Amino acid sequence: MMRPYSEKENVQKKPYYSDRFWVAPQIPKEPVESDAIFASDLDVLKAKFEIKEAYIQRGQMVVYINPADNVDVLMCLRDELSYNFLSEHSAIDWLAKSGEFEIFYQMLSTCKHKRLRIKCFIKEKETLKSVIDVYKSANWAEREMYDMFGVIISGHPYMKRILMPDDWYDHPLRKTYPLQGDEAAQWYEIDKIFGKEYRDIIGPEERDGARIDVDDTYRFAHINHEVPFGAPRSLEKTVTEYQEEGGVFIVKKLKKEDAKILKERP
Amino acid sequence: MQKVNRLKPFFENLEFEREDNHMIVNFGPQHPSSHGQLRLILELDGEKVSKATPDVGYLHRGMEKMAENMIYNEFLPTTDRMDYIAASSNNYGFALAVEKLIGLEVPRRAKVIRMMLLEINRISSHLFWLATHALDVGAMTIFLYAFREREYTLDLIEDYCGARLTHSSVRIGGVPLDLPKGWIESLNKFINHLPIDIGDYEGLLDQNRIWKMRLEDVGVITPEQAQSWGCSGPMLRGSGIAWDIRKEEPYELYDEVEFDVPVSTTCDSYGRYKLHMEEMRQSIRILKQLIPMYYETSPEIMAHAPQYLSAPKEQIMTQNYALMQHFVLVTQGMRPPVGEVYVVTESPKGELGFYINSQGDPYPYRLKLRTPSFFHTGFLQELLVGEYLADVVAIIGNANIVFGEIDR
Repeated sequence: MMRPYSEKENVQKKPYYSDRFWVAPQIPKEPVESDAIFASDLDVLKAKFEIKEAYIQRGQMVVYINPADNVDVLMCLRDELSYNFLSEHSAIDWLAKSGEFEIFYQMLSTCKHKRLRIKCFIKEKETLKSVIDVYKSANWAEREMYDMFGVIISGHPYMKRILMPDDWYDHPLRKTYPLQGDEAAQWYEIDKIFGKEYRDIIGPEERDGARIDVDDTYRFAHINHEVPFGAPRSLEKTVTEYQEEGGVFIVKKLKKEDAKILKERP
Repeated sequence: MQKVNRLKPFFENLEFEREDNHMIVNFGPQHPSSHGQLRLILELDGEKVSKATPDVGYLHRGMEKMAENMIYNEFLPTTDRMDYIAASSNNYGFALAVEKLIGLEVPRRAKVIRMMLLEINRISSHLFWLATHALDVGAMTIFLYAFREREYTLDLIEDYCGARLTHSSVRIGGVPLDLPKGWIESLNKFINHLPIDIGDYEGLLDQNRIWKMRLEDVGVITPEQAQSWGCSGPMLRGSGIAWDIRKEEPYELYDEVEFDVPVSTTCDSYGRYKLHMEEMRQSIRILKQLIPMYYETSPEIMAHAPQYLSAPKEQIMTQNYALMQHFVLVTQGMRPPVGEVYVVTESPKGELGFYINSQGDPYPYRLKLRTPSFFHTGFLQELLVGEYLADVVAIIGNANIVFGEIDR
């Protein structure tokens, strides 16, 4: 038997229906000249660095730079152009398309009331310089980016995984990583808690949180067919009494006349 | 040699037995004052912290990965689980980001209702902050008082959307429901009484000797630190930087209502406590202005955009084409234009940002959640150094971190 072919480079969910004549509209990109503050900022950057592309989208300027310039560009933005915050910094996975990560730095200037995005592309095994000396908020953002994408950062004082365990295999936000986790993820907790030798006895972890097993009486109860916890399923009908229908009274000592129900705030 | 793959404590580069006055303390992740699952590895020199290493990830659910595998409307209830103390503010941040992405204008009544929900959530979050922070520091009474008032905010939200914790009270393109009958009256009752309650809290705490000793000059954040570490919200305004996104980059109708942005220049925990109290008063002020604005609006609560949003239920049930649209939008999802947005809102904790990169598919290509608590927790490694061990709990409580949005 042959397994059906599935694309391995991008295992994210895809629409099951697509109209091949439909062309997705684009969010318009406005020229930088349309905003005076952004235009003067870009002129300062252009004088010092190589700018690959720059435009304004939805009110925020996007500037593409060389990945080697990242520290200098951010230093210039902070010291000369008063962009005093690095609000966010992360990556986008384009490995399937071009073998690259797109890195973005989301900046904010509180005195100019402007937000801009510095972007660059790096190859999968390429190293990116840490910007932690310019903005300390990059400390955890870079760690998270390494954890989630495997982007290699140089010059970070404590480059360790942040959200996933230290010995986790692979980087979960890559498009090649399945949503339910890969083979290594199935065995991770079994190996941790019991040891590898128990793999045959316990079996792999169920990683699909939405899976329902009708024979499982540990996790699922069967209404009207109740059995003791973990016992095999039975088709014998059990009687359920409801309080509303005059059945068992669950709280035996409750006196209704003693209870006080407030209609509104005293 | 320790076996790495067994569930035993495994600390590389950490020495527990030392001859000098140093000690390493593991704080959390099950510590009641760690506000969730924060684990801190504290290196102590006597009683002073000489190095702090926050360790997070115990509540990591991979929301960004989930978002890439969900249509936009499916993801909205997941955002409830980020900052679960004020769930509506996350719903709203996400809905606003998608609206910016597809370029949608929301009806005025929906805007008013959204702002009401946001401000009630802010009050609810601040009350929760005050209660747990005071409890951590040792004030039990304030915990009970603040939770009593928080109950009324939860009742209001429950009356509106039926949920108390995971609200999902905002939809992309508007709000699901109009305000129920009698809601405005109970809101009025609540906001008329709350200033008295806030006065009670302040009466208990403001001049309280213990409270002042525990908070004054503890957790001092200089403006430079706050900027460099990407602090936002009360953590930033507590350092004397007046930056409130509602004021500076107004969304919805925040440019039409009058309110002040409280700023504290003392930079310490006590200043941030005063700030939270004042912010609640400003929220009440906004809510009071919103009530007459609500009555002036026309009754539409969802935007009309058939390409992206389903028609109202009455139309779906009566008109064939609306039903077809609805079927396509539910089974396949809306397809926003190609492009990217980064949209920020002022959540009770600070700057809540949603970065969405859309490639024209029903699933976002990349969705990055910028949460204030993540950056505030990262800042702890510098903030805690030099403080006493007993103040660590006060500083964590004061930073107002919620683990749902740190680990996501």
